[in-house]
Amino acid sequence: MNMSIQEFLQHMANGISLGSLYALIAIGYTMVYGILRLINFAHGDIFMLGTYLTFYGIIFTPIPWYIVFILAPALTGLLGLVLERLAYKPLRESPRITVLISAIGASFLLQNLGILVFGGRPKAFPTPAILEKVLNVGGVSIAIVNFVIPIVTVILLIGLNYVIQKTKTGMAMRALSKDYETASLMGININGIISITFFIGSFLAAMGGIMWGVKYPQLMPHMGVLPGLKCFIAAVIGGIGNITGAVLGGFILGLGEILLIAFLPTLTGYRDAFAFILLIVILLLKPTGLMGEKITEKV
Amino acid sequence: MLKVTNLHVSYGGIKALRGININIEENKIVTLIGANGAGKSSTLRAIMNLVKKDQGRVEYDGEDLTNLKTMDIVKKGIALSPEGRRVFANLTVEENLILGAYTREDRGEIKKDMEKVYALFPRLKERSWQKAGTLSGGEQQMLAVGRALMVRPKVLMLDEPSLGLAPLLVKDIFDIIKEIHSQGNTILLVEQNAKKALEIADYGYVLETGELVLEGPGQELLNNERVKEAYLGEAK
Repeated sequence: MNMSIQEFLQHMANGISLGSLYALIAIGYTMVYGILRLINFAHGDIFMLGTYLTFYGIIFTPIPWYIVFILAPALTGLLGLVLERLAYKPLRESPRITVLISAIGASFLLQNLGILVFGGRPKAFPTPAILEKVLNVGGVSIAIVNFVIPIVTVILLIGLNYVIQKTKTGMAMRALSKDYETASLMGININGIISITFFIGSFLAAMGGIMWGVKYPQLMPHMGVLPGLKCFIAAVIGGIGNITGAVLGGFILGLGEILLIAFLPTLTGYRDAFAFILLIVILLLKPTGLMGEKITEKV
Repeated sequence: MLKVTNLHVSYGGIKALRGININIEENKIVTLIGANGAGKSSTLRAIMNLVKKDQGRVEYDGEDLTNLKTMDIVKKGIALSPEGRRVFANLTVEENLILGAYTREDRGEIKKDMEKVYALFPRLKERSWQKAGTLSGGEQQMLAVGRALMVRPKVLMLDEPSLGLAPLLVKDIFDIIKEIHSQGNTILLVEQNAKKALEIADYGYVLETGELVLEGPGQELLNNERVKEAYLGEAK
């Protein structure tokens, strides 16, 4: 099996952009888990909602696409926040398994609501012409989206890192992830911080959704299921609860998946299984995930 | 100033507090002593609304705090440094202090208060960039007290600040409590170390299985035969 350097670079570009998308979606899982110890199974469906909102925003409103690309994720962020208020907040004092089941229910609800409202037939994502161009760099032709996606992802990650590391809200999030009660003793508004967490996670998922739509321009109400599952795996591989870990997991998964197909084309049918196999291997070798820390406490 | 009336708390049918009445006057150190499980921490936690009250009323300067959320009680100027330190291990020392001032907007004053805390605990200043989880037990206790001070509390409640500390550090902590008090703070101190607590307290309450059995000025309780026998380990 021979692969030219050009081909290899194309695959790399493709893998990096897919990894970026996985990373953006995985962050939502890991942030919510970090604070609520909840696997938000509806996160993949929030991602789906984000792409549909963008679709409708571009098709049915006169708003320019680049503004829709910001408005739709913001709206999706609000939907994520509402989801938390309706499906999770009333169960704050309940056992975790109850909330988990509520999350699974919310996921089914959103998918079926999607079929009802958006229709079950696939829709074509209205990609702006400028993003459909293909660049030719030294014999390597790379779709412009494969440049745009990692760049946008890096910008979003820098912004997120700033919020989490430097702002009071970010400090409150980190405090909340360790100790609710003491956080409330600092006067932190717990529900407010949880809402912000859901907003950010859903916003990033919708950003990922838009770029997903540009890369794979087919919208379906069930489109969130598999990416959702894979990004959950990415978050676990990286060490759930750890944001850097989620990003790392996303890139490992995205690159791994594309390179597997590139080097072993006969295994293409197993590309989805790859994620699960990787998950099992990593959990066997390092049960806390790559960057997950053991929980130790000084008494 | 802070007034607790007829406080009842239970955990799943088991009564932890049965009608507690406490009054804390301004600029005083008031202490609550008692054995393990007597209900000392429950009293503080009920004041902060971290546990549900079955009955009772908490009043601060005539204002009813009974049903306020914890965060709103903090905003009224009541701070609790919880039992077991509970510093945010994943945050730096400085970030822990900043969170202490979470409800405040007065940046300049926050900066000043942080300097005050650092003056009180020079060790914390040396370690301001370290993660709180890497501090020793004594340093974590200093951080927990410092963090509560950052609230700029009108009433500072300390739950077992000397727990698990080496004897030398225990003395330090009590010296610091006296110093905080001398700066014009009102303190409610919960302690198992009854002797030390009563020595610095203006007024004390003795709790036994959820009920107040004795109260009086600190010195008076120190000399009380019953207290001596049960809590100070002195024979009759």
